[in-house]
Amino acid sequence: MSVEAPERPRRELFPTDEEYRDHLGSRRRKAVGFKFFCLGMLSIAVLALATLLYTIVNDSFGLVAVVNENDPGAIVAGLGHDPEVTGLQEVTYEELVGLLEANVSSGVGRRLEREQRFYEDRLVFEDEATWAEICASDDPPTGCNAAPRDHNNVYALVQERVVVTDVIASYQLVPSIFSPDRFEAEVAEGFEAGRFPDHDLDRVTYEWRAWFNPTFVTTPQNATPEVAGIRTAVLGSLWLVVVTVLFAVPVGVGAAIYLVEYARPNRFNDFVQTNINNLAGVPSIIYGMLGLAIFVRVLEPLTSGAIFTDGVPPSDNGRTVIAAGLTLGLLTLPVVIISSQEALKAVPDSLRHAGLALGATRWQTVRSQILPVALPGILTGTILAIARAIGETAPLILVGASGFITADPTGPFSKFTALPIQIFQWTARPQEEFHNIAAAASIALLLLLLTLNAVAVILRNRYSRRAE
Amino acid sequence: MKVETEKESGQGGAGFAKRRRPGELAIRGFLFFCGALSIATTIGILYELGKESFLFFGDEEVGVVDFLTATIWQPQVGGFGIWPLVLGTVLISIIAMLVAGPIGLAAAIYLSEYASNRVRGFFKPVLEVLVGIPTVVYGFFALTFVTPLLRSLFGASLVGFFNVLSAGVVVGVLIVPLISSLAEDALRAVPDSLRQAAYAMGASKLEVSTRVVVPAALSGIAAGFVVAMSRAVGETMVVTLAAGASPRNFTLGDDSLFGYILNPFQGAQAMTGYVVITASGDLSYNTIDYNSIFAIGLTLFFMTLGLNSLSRRFVKRFQQVYE
Repeated sequence: MSVEAPERPRRELFPTDEEYRDHLGSRRRKAVGFKFFCLGMLSIAVLALATLLYTIVNDSFGLVAVVNENDPGAIVAGLGHDPEVTGLQEVTYEELVGLLEANVSSGVGRRLEREQRFYEDRLVFEDEATWAEICASDDPPTGCNAAPRDHNNVYALVQERVVVTDVIASYQLVPSIFSPDRFEAEVAEGFEAGRFPDHDLDRVTYEWRAWFNPTFVTTPQNATPEVAGIRTAVLGSLWLVVVTVLFAVPVGVGAAIYLVEYARPNRFNDFVQTNINNLAGVPSIIYGMLGLAIFVRVLEPLTSGAIFTDGVPPSDNGRTVIAAGLTLGLLTLPVVIISSQEALKAVPDSLRHAGLALGATRWQTVRSQILPVALPGILTGTILAIARAIGETAPLILVGASGFITADPTGPFSKFTALPIQIFQWTARPQEEFHNIAAAASIALLLLLLTLNAVAVILRNRYSRRAE
Repeated sequence: MKVETEKESGQGGAGFAKRRRPGELAIRGFLFFCGALSIATTIGILYELGKESFLFFGDEEVGVVDFLTATIWQPQVGGFGIWPLVLGTVLISIIAMLVAGPIGLAAAIYLSEYASNRVRGFFKPVLEVLVGIPTVVYGFFALTFVTPLLRSLFGASLVGFFNVLSAGVVVGVLIVPLISSLAEDALRAVPDSLRQAAYAMGASKLEVSTRVVVPAALSGIAAGFVVAMSRAVGETMVVTLAAGASPRNFTLGDDSLFGYILNPFQGAQAMTGYVVITASGDLSYNTIDYNSIFAIGLTLFFMTLGLNSLSRRFVKRFQQVYE
């Protein structure tokens, strides 16, 4: 039996050699064009990142137009120092407090002292008897228990209350470098248009200002942008990280161990797995609502700290560090579980078999054979998940971190604010100076994330060497 | 037979294996609890969203039918139709997909089909950094860079200070890495034999990429697009900062479709934006405002859940083809 040759396709359907060659050039051009199109699209992503970073840096530095009600040089001279040598920031703590005492009304002074006192051992504005009385009252001010102010804090107060530095306009970095004259012209125009009715054009000085500077990081939150800082927010964010890590890491790794090492493939465990995948896709704002309903509202006695104290709870409602930390913990949990699962699955089965064959129980095998090998992977995944949690804003707003808070958080039951919240609130303000400090706070946030990522890389390298 | 002999000969061993170990059991119990906590989370979300939504719809001012059909959202005067907020969310997400779709897909094709290892080594970290930047920083970027840029490009009279376009573009930038990494994974999973067969037929790289590899990876790419869409729908901070806080109330038929309802140059509050703005004010429990954010949360939850399950279905189809 012979095999029949397949019918040959009709010749006219195919191009002749000549047609094919004519066509080649345009096909080639299209192919090269497409390659560059794809590369161009990819470059847009790089350009977007560059523009974003440029925007932040551009707004964090630049020229400002300043009106000082009192000249800092004259103040330093008044204290008996040479203004050429000593800046206002270099004078002693006592001298700064003295300046406040001399220039601030006693009412304001008492308020400042009730917020936070100046000296451990004596009072400046209050008299001892009144102080003892208000501290013994039902609702003592924060100054009764908090540590005294430090040099930077008092310096900021002097700037705010004695020098009364008022930044009336600010300019971005790049135009400040290339066209500083236009800034002065704009300010002068502003004066002509009557936009600064409280100030005098002759007293305006122009100076460079780095909105992101060490004082900015160590000064507490304030309603005036030029003296506001992010210490309160940074501490709040760090407290949140502590609570989130303490909750999400043990539970997340535990769940991953259960799913990879213990769970048999049955309906319930499949359901758990699908559920975790679904949770990873739930928008963060929904976790915020869960946190608001459960941690802030239902568990208020716990999250306000009321059940741990007999008398006055540390906080009058559940909008505290612990409520927000647990919310962020739930939010990061699916990510921690999934990345830990990947790390555990990557451990070769031979290790499990060897452990079990030696008579070790399942948990002994997991603890001393599998976890050490999987640790670098688990750590990396976890730190990246935590880094994501630090940048989350929406859930924090939902659980109520949006209040105006100037006192440092002192524990899991204190009220708090966090870096992303500050950035959000300052960005939402129309004035240019608030955008400057929002940009500076963004730099701080990005640096914090960069540090965490670097830690992840270092830990991974260190542990993977040990495990080898 | 064999089992019995083992039991007989190794009685001590069997007893050892069967010994009760309370420590082991406790650890196992704890690990199980950790795994089950995720289910409790889901139940918690559904219960709380459901409960508050129920209270919301139980209010005499609000009706389920109105909520799902009316096109006016004005809680102050009892207008509770969700469509203006959905409109804001959908407009922003569509603009975001129009930006991120082509960029993400082209980037994925370049990374998977063209790029050398060195080029990949430069671009991949950049995309990862884009993922790592907090969304509130993107919001700052939208408001202080993209909005002024759009206003100077198209004219400040046409483009509002708060506008959907700026929010959409920046959300698009934010989801580019999501699309590109998922699409790249899908493209790389296409077996090389397909590419080689096409090259052997004399196809150019363009023809191989667009007519062989992309169609073969289509369900994987689609999964990436859907996940990105779900991310755009749930995105909050950019939308709150750049798209403004006033819902775009409309009346079908009366308002011009392109001049007003779908106009990308004016602001429109999105669902997530409403929730954040309402929650950041003084919010007291058991008020209609408090309950309304949960009703919107529930809608949002189902929207993203639907999109995510759709994407999982695409992934499954893709895996069936190549595994």
